[in-house]
Parts: sequence; C-alpha cells; structure tokens
Amino acid sequence: MTGKNTAGARFTRRSFTLGAVGALSALALTACGGTSAPAAGTSAAASTSAAASVPATGTNLTMWVDAERAPALKSIAAKFKTEKGIDVKLVVKDFAAVRDDFITQAPTGKGPDILVGPHDWLGKLVQNGVVAPVQLGDKAASFTESSIKAMTYDGQTYGVPYSIENVALIRNTELAPEAKTTLDEVIAEGKKAVSAGDAKFPFLVGLDPKQADPYHLYPLQTSLGSQVFEQNDDGSYDSTKLALDTAGGKEFAQLLNDLGDKGEKVLNSNITGDIAKEKFLAGESPYFLSGPWNVPDIAAKGIKFAIDPLPTTGDKPAQPFIGVNGFFVSAKSTNALAANEFVVNYLSLEEAQDELFKVGGRPPALTASFDKAASDPVVKAYGEIGANGVPMPAVPAMDAVWADWGGTELNLIKGKEADPAAAWSKMASNIEKKIADN
Amino acid sequence: MLHPMVEIEEKPSAAPVRPGRERPGKKGHGPDSLGGILAKIILLGITDAVAAFVLFQLVLSGEWLIFVISLATTLVINWIYLRRGGLPAKYLAPGVIFLMIFQVFVMIFSTYIAFTNYGDGHNSTKSDAIASIQLSASERVPDSPQFATSVLEKNGSYFLLVTTPEGEARLGGAETPLETVTPSTTGPTGAATGVDGYTTLDFTALLANQQAITTLTVPLSDNPEDGSLKTADGSTSYVYTPKLKFDAAADTFTDTTTGVVYSDGGRGSFVAEDGTALNTGWKVNVGLDNFVRAFTDQNLQGPLLKVIAWTFTFAILSVATTFALGLFLAITFNRADLKGQKIYRILMILPYAFPAFLSGLVWSGLLNPEFGFINNALLGGAAIPWLTDPVLAKISVLVVNLWLGYPYMFLVCTGALQSLPEEVDEAARMDGAGVFKIFTAIKLPLLLVSLAPLLISSFAFNFNNFNVIYMLTGGGPRFDGTTFDIGSTDILITMVYKIAFGTGAGRDYGLASALAIIIFLIVAAVSALSFKKTKALEDLN
Repeated sequence: MTGKNTAGARFTRRSFTLGAVGALSALALTACGGTSAPAAGTSAAASTSAAASVPATGTNLTMWVDAERAPALKSIAAKFKTEKGIDVKLVVKDFAAVRDDFITQAPTGKGPDILVGPHDWLGKLVQNGVVAPVQLGDKAASFTESSIKAMTYDGQTYGVPYSIENVALIRNTELAPEAKTTLDEVIAEGKKAVSAGDAKFPFLVGLDPKQADPYHLYPLQTSLGSQVFEQNDDGSYDSTKLALDTAGGKEFAQLLNDLGDKGEKVLNSNITGDIAKEKFLAGESPYFLSGPWNVPDIAAKGIKFAIDPLPTTGDKPAQPFIGVNGFFVSAKSTNALAANEFVVNYLSLEEAQDELFKVGGRPPALTASFDKAASDPVVKAYGEIGANGVPMPAVPAMDAVWADWGGTELNLIKGKEADPAAAWSKMASNIEKKIADN
Repeated sequence: MLHPMVEIEEKPSAAPVRPGRERPGKKGHGPDSLGGILAKIILLGITDAVAAFVLFQLVLSGEWLIFVISLATTLVINWIYLRRGGLPAKYLAPGVIFLMIFQVFVMIFSTYIAFTNYGDGHNSTKSDAIASIQLSASERVPDSPQFATSVLEKNGSYFLLVTTPEGEARLGGAETPLETVTPSTTGPTGAATGVDGYTTLDFTALLANQQAITTLTVPLSDNPEDGSLKTADGSTSYVYTPKLKFDAAADTFTDTTTGVVYSDGGRGSFVAEDGTALNTGWKVNVGLDNFVRAFTDQNLQGPLLKVIAWTFTFAILSVATTFALGLFLAITFNRADLKGQKIYRILMILPYAFPAFLSGLVWSGLLNPEFGFINNALLGGAAIPWLTDPVLAKISVLVVNLWLGYPYMFLVCTGALQSLPEEVDEAARMDGAGVFKIFTAIKLPLLLVSLAPLLISSFAFNFNNFNVIYMLTGGGPRFDGTTFDIGSTDILITMVYKIAFGTGAGRDYGLASALAIIIFLIVAAVSALSFKKTKALEDLN
C-alpha cells in the first residue's frame, strides 16, 4: 500500500502515529478481552492431555489456599508428588474472596479441585452444589469428634478438618493471680485491679461499634441456656427452629443491659477488637476474652498470662462457637479420584496436620497431632475449651441471623432498650420472619 | 471518578482531526516513512498474534460464541487499519470496542441477570443441580464396613474387586451385582487384587479413567434397597444408599424414607407438595419477578423514601461541598506569586491518593467516640457519638466524603482556571468590577461551562458512593421500626447490597441487577436533565 501514491493515502506522520496508538489499544483490548478465555483453554488442555499422556506426570490438582497456609502445604504436596506422581498446584488467593469466587467459578469448570476454608462456608457451598462429600471411613475416628461434627452438613461429611479455633478467657496473671469460674467473680476481680490502680478496664472483649459481636459473647449466652438454633439428636442444627427467644435468651438480654453503658460499663461497644488487644497488651486489663490468634502477640510482649475456661453466667456450661478449618473437594472436579486421594489419605496424615499447626498455631483436629501440640499449655487449654464448644452454624440462614442478633446486642449494651426482654423477643421474631420469607 | 471525564472529552476531540483539512493546499504526498510502516506492521502483527492465540484457545475449549465474536472483531480491526482512508474509523475503533466490552456488554449482561433467579442456590444448570443433589443424597449406610478395593477392567467396563472384613473376595460391575470370586493375586494385607480374565488397574490407569471410576456404582445384590458400592479413591469403597432417588423419566426426586416426591416447580428448584424445596436449585428465567419484588417488598417500602431523600441529599451536598472547597483552594493557590506552590498542590492532592475504602476504615477509627483521635486529642476527651447518632453520622459521612473528594475538584478547577484568558480579568477590572463581582459574574460562569459535565458525573459517582458509606458507618445507625437492616446513612446502593446479599437466602444477583437497573434509570434521568441545563449555560456565553 505504501508504493502507490494515490490521493487516498494521505497519511501524515502524525496521523499515522495516532493510528498506531489506536492499534496498540486494540492490542491491549484483545489481550484484555481474552483473559478469561485462555484460562478456559489451558484447563481444558490440561485435562485432555492428562487423559492421553502418562498420568504419573500428567495429572495436576489445583488447590486454592491463602498466603498463610500455602507454605505449610508445600511439603505434603511434595510427598504426594513423589509417591503418586501428581502435581498439586497451590494457588494463593485472597482469603476474603475465596468462598464467593469458588461458588461462581466452580460451575463453569474453572474452579480448583480442592479448597481450604472454615466449616461455616458449608451451608452456602452445599446450597450451590459446588462441594462433594468425602468419605473418611475409619479415619473419622482419628479426628476430634467436634471437628467431624462441624464438617458434617445434612448428614454428610464434606471436608477433612485440620484445625479448631475458639475463644477463651486470657488472664494477665500479674493483675489477677487466681482463676475464677463465674463472670461475676471475674468482673469483681477485674474491678479490684481497677480500684487498686493497676488496671483501667475490669474486663475486655472486642466488639464492633456497629454490630456488637454475637460470636465472642456466645459463651455468656449459652451459659444461660440460650442457643441460636435447636440441635438435632446428632448435634447438627435445625435451621427451621430458631431457639433465641427463650427464658435464657431474655436473661442474657438483661445481662447485656446490666453490663453495658447504663449499668456497670463492663461491656463497651466503642472497644473494637483492635483496641481491646492494644489495651490488654498495655497491661490495662486483667482479662481479655479472645481467640488463639492474639496469643503470639501477647507472649511476644512479655505479658505473663494464663488461658482460663470461659466464665459462666448461669448454671449451664459456657460453650463457645468453634470454627473448624478443613479441606473441601469440588463437586465439579475432573480429577475427583486424585483429589480424594490427596485430601483423605494425605492431608489427614499426622505430618501434614503437624505442619499446619506449626504455621497457624491453631489446635489440630487430628487427635494424634493435637496430643503432640498439647505439650504447649496454651494449645492444650484452647483445645480443651473447644472440645466443650458447639460448631458455628453453617446453615445459609445465618446471614440473616448475624445482622439482627448483633444489632440488638449493640442496642442492649448501649442501654437503648427500656425493656431488654421485649427487645430480645422482637429480634427473634424479626429473624424468624426473614428466614420464613426466603 | 476520572473515567467519565475522559469519556466526555473524547467525543469532540475525535471529529476535527481529518486528513486533508489540516493542510488544505497540499495534494497527496509520498509514502509513509519507513519507521511508520514498521510500527504499523509490528503493532498489527502483535495484535493478530495475540488474537490468533486467543482464538486457538477458544476453539480448544469449545467457546464458539465468543470465538465468532473475537474472530469478527479481529477481522474488523485488520480491515480498519489495513485499508486506505477511513481515518475517523482508525481513531474511533479502539474506543468503540472498549465501550462495547466495558459498558455495553456489562449492561446487557446485568439486564439479562435481572430477569433470572441467579444467586445462591440457583447457581448453575439443571443438570448440574441434579448431579449435585444425587451426590449429596448418596449416604453411607451407617455402621457398614469399609472394603479394601481394587479396580479391574474387562472389555472397556470397570469392576470393583472388594475384600470383606471376613476376608471374602467379591467382584461386581455396574450391571452385575457383587459375586464371590476366587482371587488370582492378593496384596500384602491379604486383600484380593486380581481375578483371572480381568486386568487390575494401577494408580496411573486409575487416574487416566477417574471420571468413570468415581461415578461407578456396583449394586450389592439384585435388590437395589441393599445399596451399592462406590469408591472415591480407588483403594477403599463403602456401601451407599440414596436418600433421594431421581426418576429421569418423571423428572422427580423421591425421598426414600418418607416417600415425599419433589418435582420441578418451574422456579428453578425441586419442590414438594407442601412447598419445601431441595437445597440446590438452578438458574431459570423468572421474567419480571425481580422488578415486582423491588416494588412490593415490604422490607423496602418502609424506609425507601427516607433512603431516597438521603441519597439525593448526600449526592448533592457532596458535589456542592467538594466543589466549593476545591474551587476556593484552586483560586487561592492559583496566585502566580505564591511561594512553594507546587508543594502545597501536592499536599492538597494527598487524600486523593488513598483508596476510598481504606480511608473509610481509618476514619471510622478516628471517629470512635471514646478512643478516636478526634474526640480524644482534638476535643479534649469529649464523648461525641460521631457515627452512632443519626444526624451526626450523616454529617460525619459528608465531612469524610468532603475530605476524600475535594482534591479532585481542586485539580479540575485549577486546570479550568488556568485556561481562562487573562484579558477578561483585566477588562473587568478596567470596568471597575471588584474581586467578588469578577468571580461571580465572569469567572464562575466561564468555569461552569467546562466544569458542569464533571459536576454531573461527580453527582452520578456520589449517588452510588458505596465505599464511603459501607466502610464508615455500614449504613447505620439502624432505623427503628423496620425488620430490615437499613439505617440513617444508607444510600440506595448500600441498601440494594444489603437487600440482595444479606437477607438469609444468600446472594441474589437477579434482584441486585434489577435494583441496579432502577438506580441506573434514576441517575440517567437526572444526568440527562442536567446536561440539558448545561446546554443552556453554553448558549448564554
């Protein structure tokens, strides 16, 4: 086109440069437009070649993990590769996005084969038909009972658990030398430390200024005999039977009111989790109701502490929610056999669970690993409290429960409800209505 | 916020540059320079290479619709840039293609979703849902033994060879119930691993056929009630019975214990007579249902008016305050004799550099009544409930949004001010106008001509300013007297988010899209009206 000198070819250099810029954008466009497409191509290519070529080297498993857990899984993945010839690709994902990305991507066949996550995702994952049950068989007995219960949804086990986490009462032994059992005693002890001038807060628990925190406050509620849902005989929750509106629940509402802004000012909704931690680290309170995730910082700060059982508020045991982390297999995995082999027969190994404990510091779900980890008194204490706990409900209806539950707790703590029991009943009927609407 | 501005300025810039008009006197000239040709060949070559790669991948994955569209786009791009003439197309093509992908396609897709029940529980196709229900419904028979298993193959069919806990070897396939056999080989643990006439699959072969093996079910006996054997890893198998049985001919699931029949209710799930539905459903077209729900949902009706009023207040006041402060600072810092002008300007723009959602979280910490910096350090320990009092929360949101938004206005005002001709200013002063008069009568109207479109786009942006609201107050404090989690600072978009994603049924993308379309219509109407007004402004000048 350049050799001819017709009137049509009136390219000035400038206009040509502009045209080139256009072409460049078009190039960028093609690259952008294609991003999702090549992913499809490669995964499809990988699975077809797996079928055709030597499987010992051709099969790949993809696993979504978060940055924290990825290093802990490297050695067990390497072992799997040498023994079975299957590569496990650990894809590091932003933890906050994993569940929803998995739900949207699994049906398209582009999701991973294996997923790491907490058990309370199960309701959503099952509802969307994206996870497959795993059969642990005789191995189930080698895990702590509560962890297997948590991984069970609608009578099926969906995951291999590896860690259990729950809250406990962390006590600064210099400010409060003796362990107490009831909340009243704990608060009295805390107030003693405050009036002696050693501390500023009798008792700390992190709350959300917008939503309070039903999770952290749950042991105080269960001790009064109030649960969120009724439990079936096998320990699973019946999401059609909300159990909040009971005498125990109303007592709990009154307790929040009494401990809140208009009462003893022990619970303070302005104290977020971060502030509570900061104050405890500064030695400003003898008690901190929190999980194992804050323990490393407390130890590093040089604070002398002990892990106490959760304080009781009534005559029932103070049961915390437990969160169980585990591995799930995608219902749409084209490598279901390899994925099951890895999840059931390898990730349940003692060495895998030991490694995960070393990185995360959470009590392992495998009894043999837990016994080893329990040489650490902190792990032992958290583990024993967790054994007494109840799994956080995994039913999808929990989305509706959290918002109202937290909102009402917040109002009670702030002393905004003249009649705490009535406010509590209203909350329960609101939640019931929302669950029934859907 | 910048992106609507670019769009607006794109239109006029494309038209005036036409070949032939620039140098009217000159006839057609010689060929392009070598560099130009090379650049063209290389750029188009790279484009085509990438396109060819993408097209190849699309063929492999069988995405035919996307393949055809991509192929057509590639051909059009080549045709546009290889042909002589048609220069406007050369400028417009990339922009138009981007517009199609990032705006038009997204709009069409949202509209399509708005007419479906896509969301949690309605995530995929019906066949996926059936497969998934069957998978979940197949339960291991309680207290049944675990069988050591080998997978055998004969004439392309697969068989399970299991060893009972008593040490008896049994063999069965999909069509042949388990039968006792005499094993030809046994493994180290005494389990049977082979039978004459069958090939035992090793792990490599298992992997190669894993789809067939993991879906293989071997009936225990001729009576299907006894259950069937399945293996997930090729080395152990268990006895399963289905809790729900699928009848493909009738398209129904039957509960094997209660006898309840679940049939396709036409709403994307299997429903029993009494209305209970199975957990997993699939995506179907629901017509206008989502729009009907948007207007009849009781959760929405109560607080809707308050939310709409606050959305408009928030958007208008946000634009007004950021523009006023931005303009004031722009004028103040526009003095040529100001020392350290650049440093001031850089400092001014800093808030703009923080991501809005991060600033929201930081500010929510600063505004904590008891421990926040504002109350503690600035107000001497006052306990002002910045984020939990309905009125103060609204003020806080506006102030934080002012902090976030004024640098943008400062930037555009500075630019616009510098493009105003000096002579106008001088002429006005000669005529005896004061500083204030010059500003209100001359500078501001002139500025508004170029800035009005930006103010409109800023309004549209703030109308949907999700980050600030959600990260700062989460929409709270909550309204009393509604069962729904909507509060005083909720704007329409955060309310939509809460309704579509947080009511207990999980994420409802269909409803969210329907509500988003309604919001789009509101914003589009307001913008169209404002642009009309702006036209009038231009005519005045």
